Amino acid sequence: MPLAIVLILLVLGSLVFHFVSPWTFTPIASNWGAIDFTIDITFWVTGFVFVAVNLFMAYAIIRYRHREGIKADYEPENTKLEVWLTVITTILVAALLAPGLIVWAKFVTPPENAIEIEAIGQQWKWTFRLPGEDGDFGHTDARLITVDNPFGINPDDPSGQDDILVDDAIVHIPVNEPVLFWLRSKDVLHNFTVAQFRVKMDLVPGMETYMWLEPTVVGEYEILCEELCGIAHHAMRGRVVVDEPADYQAWVASQPTFAELQAKAPGDPALGAASYAVCSACHGAQAEGLALLNAPKLSGQDPIYLKRQLQNYKAGLRGIHEDDVNGRIMAPMAATLVTDAMIDNVIAYIGTLDDIPAPATLDGDVAHGAKLYALCANCHGKDGQGIKMNAPRQAGINDWYLLSQLKNFKQGLRGRHPQDLGGKQMRAMALTLQDEQAMLDVIAYINSL
Amino acid sequence: MTITLVLLAIIMATVIGWLLRQSLSSEPWNANDPVENEPGRGVLNIDPAKIGLLSFLAVATSLFALFMSAYMMRMNLGDWRPLTEPNLLWANTAVLVLASFAFQLTRNAATREQLSTVKIGLVAGGLFTTLFLLGQLVAWQQLNAAGYYMTSNPANAFFYLLTALHGLHLLGGMWVWGRTTIRVLSGADVRSVRLSVELCTVYWHYLLLVWIGLFGLLLST
Amino acid sequence: MAYVAIADRDHEIEHHDPTTFITKYVWSQDHKVIAIQYGVTALFVGLIALILSGMMRLQLGFPNSFSFITPIEYYQFITMHGMIMVIFLLTALFLGGFGNYLIPLMIGARDMVFPYMNMVSYWLYLVSVIILLSSFFVTGGPTGAGWTLYPPQAILPGTPGTDWGIVLMLGSLAVFIVAFTMGGLNYVTTILQARARGMTLMRMPLSLWGIFVATILGLLAFPALFVSAVMMTLDKVAGTSFFMPAIMSMGETLSHEGGSPILFQHLFWFFGHPEVYIVALPAFGLVSDLLSTHARRNIFGYRMMVWAILAIGGLSFIVWAHHMYVSGMNPYFGFFFATTTLIIAVPTAIKVYNWVLTLWKGDIHLNTPMLFAIGFIFTFTHGGLTGIFLGNVVVDLPLSDTYFVVAHFHMVMGVSPILVVFGSIYHWYPKITGKMYNETLGKVHFWLTFLGTYAIYLPMHYLGFLGVPRRYFAMGDTEFIPESAFVLNQSITISALFVGVVQLLFLYNIIVSLKKGKPAGPNPWRATTLEWQTPDTPPKHGNWGDNLPVVHRWAYDYSVPGYHEDFIPQNVSPDEAPVTEEHGPDT
Repeated sequence: MPLAIVLILLVLGSLVFHFVSPWTFTPIASNWGAIDFTIDITFWVTGFVFVAVNLFMAYAIIRYRHREGIKADYEPENTKLEVWLTVITTILVAALLAPGLIVWAKFVTPPENAIEIEAIGQQWKWTFRLPGEDGDFGHTDARLITVDNPFGINPDDPSGQDDILVDDAIVHIPVNEPVLFWLRSKDVLHNFTVAQFRVKMDLVPGMETYMWLEPTVVGEYEILCEELCGIAHHAMRGRVVVDEPADYQAWVASQPTFAELQAKAPGDPALGAASYAVCSACHGAQAEGLALLNAPKLSGQDPIYLKRQLQNYKAGLRGIHEDDVNGRIMAPMAATLVTDAMIDNVIAYIGTLDDIPAPATLDGDVAHGAKLYALCANCHGKDGQGIKMNAPRQAGINDWYLLSQLKNFKQGLRGRHPQDLGGKQMRAMALTLQDEQAMLDVIAYINSL
Repeated sequence: MTITLVLLAIIMATVIGWLLRQSLSSEPWNANDPVENEPGRGVLNIDPAKIGLLSFLAVATSLFALFMSAYMMRMNLGDWRPLTEPNLLWANTAVLVLASFAFQLTRNAATREQLSTVKIGLVAGGLFTTLFLLGQLVAWQQLNAAGYYMTSNPANAFFYLLTALHGLHLLGGMWVWGRTTIRVLSGADVRSVRLSVELCTVYWHYLLLVWIGLFGLLLST
Repeated sequence: MAYVAIADRDHEIEHHDPTTFITKYVWSQDHKVIAIQYGVTALFVGLIALILSGMMRLQLGFPNSFSFITPIEYYQFITMHGMIMVIFLLTALFLGGFGNYLIPLMIGARDMVFPYMNMVSYWLYLVSVIILLSSFFVTGGPTGAGWTLYPPQAILPGTPGTDWGIVLMLGSLAVFIVAFTMGGLNYVTTILQARARGMTLMRMPLSLWGIFVATILGLLAFPALFVSAVMMTLDKVAGTSFFMPAIMSMGETLSHEGGSPILFQHLFWFFGHPEVYIVALPAFGLVSDLLSTHARRNIFGYRMMVWAILAIGGLSFIVWAHHMYVSGMNPYFGFFFATTTLIIAVPTAIKVYNWVLTLWKGDIHLNTPMLFAIGFIFTFTHGGLTGIFLGNVVVDLPLSDTYFVVAHFHMVMGVSPILVVFGSIYHWYPKITGKMYNETLGKVHFWLTFLGTYAIYLPMHYLGFLGVPRRYFAMGDTEFIPESAFVLNQSITISALFVGVVQLLFLYNIIVSLKKGKPAGPNPWRATTLEWQTPDTPPKHGNWGDNLPVVHRWAYDYSVPGYHEDFIPQNVSPDEAPVTEEHGPDT
């Protein structure tokens, strides 16, 4: 008896939970409403079967519970009933399958006029490529990937020259236009998912996969990787911005092509020396860093990282939190480098300075730190020297600076701006360090490298 | 996966078909049903050891079919450079045919309880098989000498893998062969080894078939 | 007369009862001892996997609060939890444990056909378990590639345990497959060739049908896992490129080229999907017998149940790519696999209907095993129906890789088979040990487990609707996920830990009842099947004393009209149990 009542309550409870729970699909922002519709049909049909079967069972348990002197009925089979049940089930199943297949047929055949964009995954970040004016993507090969050619485009392929390269995890697409995403991975399996678009597809190294959609609502959406890709899987985030057509065109125009990037002149250290005069007040003449002013060592740091941070300061992605005192000092300083060329020049100048490793000032448990660093090593390198296309150098950088930044990340003073995706990733990883002692241990290990 | 599906479909169809034949006409709840009470119903008139072997051959078929499917799927990808199979493989094939033939003779002799022929047949079968295995090793060396290393191309890797797998199955058979031969040579009764000889024969024929299938696949690609 | 010869040949072979402790309990060739060895080992590793899941839940419910869980450990826990539960607990327990115990007893045989091979099977299984667990103690720890072990990620840095963990995992699986094959050949041959006189296939209890077909599936499907394990080991150790395309890793270009990760996925799921039924079919079979026995009623539509098992078994080989709808495989495959997947829902639904119809007009005794069996129908219906969402290819698009999938497969092949495992252990405990378990504790165990698991998995579906991805170490700051989802996660964690602790009740019950349980008698459930008719309880070596049983009827003669008892054992002849005609069945 209690069992039957509990079963009835569970069925009713499940229904109530379904209808009152605030947890449901996020509002759709693409043309795939048909998917939501299919889900609704599926819910109603399966929900009906769930309720019917379990209530019937509960009723049977009440009605035929054991009572003295009453014997069960003996009925080996009932062909008529079984055939009927089979037929009804088959019809229900077909009713679910048919709309599903129709929508799937639409999904596998992208429209001819779709805008093509390539999304590229690597451990653990997104980049994007547009085919440029000729409408063709240049040929790529994982073996051609270098720091100067992070997309691995074949320089001899003419159709690759005008490809527009977005070396950032933010991509824009125009509203109400079909967009065909080509998906490519540089290393392992990834998956391109935007929950509001409903569709998703894996990125498979060695081949290109695709999916298409038509965004219907202007706004910004998060891209998640949903295929396990290693320890920072959960930190592999990107953004897709659905723009009005004019904004989209402006964005496309502002992105460099492959040819432009290849032809770009390197920064001029001589010109940079003049700009660096401002920096040297805090960071030191040799960019060796100054603990007193909380200014870290810059010499020997990865130029790609330095540039990204200067741009982040300028764009208000870093140094904005009111408790990030030092960041707020740096932000206006970065603003003095008005153009990208100036930034390149300063960084080129810093590159000419002597790279004297910063002295260790902090202490911790090196062995424990080594264990924790296993997590960091995938991006920052086993030797702490950084990996050019992933993350900056840590060994030889001021340890007090590393500590302050780990704290900033963990407390959300850095890496919380939605467009600072590198920072967001680091924040996710810094959160895995429980307390200051864990941070000190990691830093002690980095000091030992 | 087509090969695998076809072979598995055959196996499943046989199994399910046989099981259905047992069950379609049956009314199991009827305790007085003459059909159900028929003696021997649903039992194959075969020794359990043979059923065991046949089931194992089904497993091995699945294994080889899957490797062959993997081979054919991998073959269609860009970097595949087929290797030239050494001519020695033809000789090896002939030797394996002889081994199979020897086992068949042994089996026939065992049925007729001709002890001396059984002895000769077993030894010959074993010798030919050893010769085949040695021949395969030499073929590996020839390929290696010609620069077809395992890591340089998946075609090479598959060649080594498939031949090794087949060789390992033969080695497993050689263990049973060894035990049987020792028993026969140390004077055991023919009747006591007849089952082992039969099992070996089926197994060798099967592995010959597998080899012909593998060799054909390797040659044709 | 072949089968008489085989069944009776037994008399010619003398049964030397093992005398020493070692031959009786360690190097035993008795199927019952081997079954217990399998069962205890499987439950032991299952306990480890349960603890691992508790640790994962701690991180998910209370992110970043525990210093012993970084993403490295998290992915190691998740991988080992999945692999242990699916392969080393459920497969081993249903086939190695229940299969070994029940097959010879239910068909009226003295033992398996190849007892020596049976023994080797267990010891190889133990070796595979030891290899697997040893990976916790090697450099880099166990692999954290997820239980699907997808390359390239499984063998590249960036994933935990790529030093030794992955090699040990693949090695352990290879050994397990050999062990399983030895056991499986035994189960199939024994069912085909060692049945007692009169035990036709269609008189077998459904437990045996489930185990039989699951074993056939295992024998044909495990080679696919073996093939992929061998090829991946070569990719890792020898540097071949079966699955490895030209890629970079950690900023460096690797020397692999041309391989296909999708090829691995096809091979893996060619094994992986039948594996679902390798676990489910024995559960279907066992639960049918529990329901029938405790409802005192014949299983409804026995023939249809058998054919449904066969149909599900056959179809399970052509649905594998429904795990790969968004894997980047040729999208046109989606049409085929969605169709086959939904077709398999029909025989599965028939089984559910027939279970419920077995209760209808029954005489339901709500003993502990019956509670678990009915709980199974509820959770399996739930899990089966959510499977229709995921099998229908477009519905899978938003839901795949989210917690909806996790909730679905835990419901359908975690909770449901485990409920059957518990129900079956309680049901056969009196036969295995001769003692009765504590009924009250058993019922408490049921209620807490049943309600607790539903409290875990029902809300988890809704995390999936929200779009929370699975295999995330932490959700972190994600704009479209409301704060309330974290509350949901906490409540799931609390339920999960609670359910985990509750399992101690079960262990306590089965251990203490060994000593303190009341003597159960030979047939406490008044069941019809042969294992309850043995001359000794627990059955002695050789099971049947001097004479093998002779079978006269099917396994479901419960409440036969016109007979004074509500059950007629299978070995009772029509003459011994006269049924008065006027109340005879009208079919």
